[in-house]
Amino acid sequence: MIRKKAWAGTLESSDIYVEVSPAEPGTGLELTVQSVVYAQFGDQIEAVIRETLRDLHVTDAKVSVSDRGALDCTIRARVETAVRRGEDEV
Amino acid sequence: MRRSMLFLPGNSPNILINAEYLGADSIILDLEDAVAPTEKDGARILVRNALTSMGYTREKIVRINPVESPYWKEDLNQIIPARPDLIMPTKVSCKEDVEQVSAYMAQVERRNGIEVGSVGLLPLIETGLGLENAYQIASSDPRIVGIFLGGEDLTADLRCQRTKEGNEIFYARSRMVACARAAGIEVYDTPWTDVEDYEGLVKDTELAKSLGFSGKSSISPRHVSFINEIFSPTMEEIQYAKDVFACIERAKAEGKGVVSLRGKMIDAPIVSRARQVLEAARAIYGIGLEEGGKGHE
Repeated sequence: MIRKKAWAGTLESSDIYVEVSPAEPGTGLELTVQSVVYAQFGDQIEAVIRETLRDLHVTDAKVSVSDRGALDCTIRARVETAVRRGEDEV
Repeated sequence: MRRSMLFLPGNSPNILINAEYLGADSIILDLEDAVAPTEKDGARILVRNALTSMGYTREKIVRINPVESPYWKEDLNQIIPARPDLIMPTKVSCKEDVEQVSAYMAQVERRNGIEVGSVGLLPLIETGLGLENAYQIASSDPRIVGIFLGGEDLTADLRCQRTKEGNEIFYARSRMVACARAAGIEVYDTPWTDVEDYEGLVKDTELAKSLGFSGKSSISPRHVSFINEIFSPTMEEIQYAKDVFACIERAKAEGKGVVSLRGKMIDAPIVSRARQVLEAARAIYGIGLEEGGKGHE
């Protein structure tokens, strides 16, 4: 469960900046994706983020990302890091 | 074969993507000095994912944080399941440091269904105490494949200036080589840190080779090809090694007990060196270099 606002990653080339915030239980995922390759890979980026959040059992959160052409393994790593940081007790 | 070992910062996706193509025999993904304390968590997850997704064919080494830091256990928790070839523990000063890391690695391996001992160790020796205990460290655990000299931290610990000439680490280099060879393992040299000074790099690398080091590390991809070349046997060395074995074969056929080549008696150390040259040549260049003079003609 996301307890606090947290972020991970950078805006450097091949990286992705991920920000997560708490959401009311039952409100689901609110996902905003910006990407330099949105036209080509926007759907795939969103799918990877949703899959990673599902694997981490995150059901309710606001997630905003700014992608600089990250590979799937980088997207997964940055989403996981942001979630872990957001799960920490305040 | 580890002629060159390239340090790469563990929190830079752009560099991790290209790691495979930079020419180094081994890549060292760094979770220690190259990563800020606030990014340790992100770097270890990124390196873990890179190891499982990038399909690296180079030898994969992960440099973890020192045992006196709060990070090293979580480094191993994340990294061991991703199956690196080697873990490089840092600031190793005594055999107990190695035993502590090795024992925890075994716990993580067991927890993840990985054969215990399958991930090796390459301790980084970079303190005066570590240098004095180098043989003890080198022979402390079956996981250890070699020891690695860290010149920058060592000179800070010794309270001397690190210079391009390297006189201040001459004893350290010699001692590391002697201790490693006494323990029957490999030994690797500290990086050359002036990225633009290629002449200095070549001299420093030739010195390391002449002292008996197995290879040298680098912090710049532009240094890799120089190091690879210096740590590869030359065509003359390969030819001489082949001639040694051809000569032995001929002597055997003629029933001679003592053989000489180019006026010099061939004794056990020469045969041993010739074998090492051919093994290295086979690893680097491949075919046609079988011991015993095959491929000689």
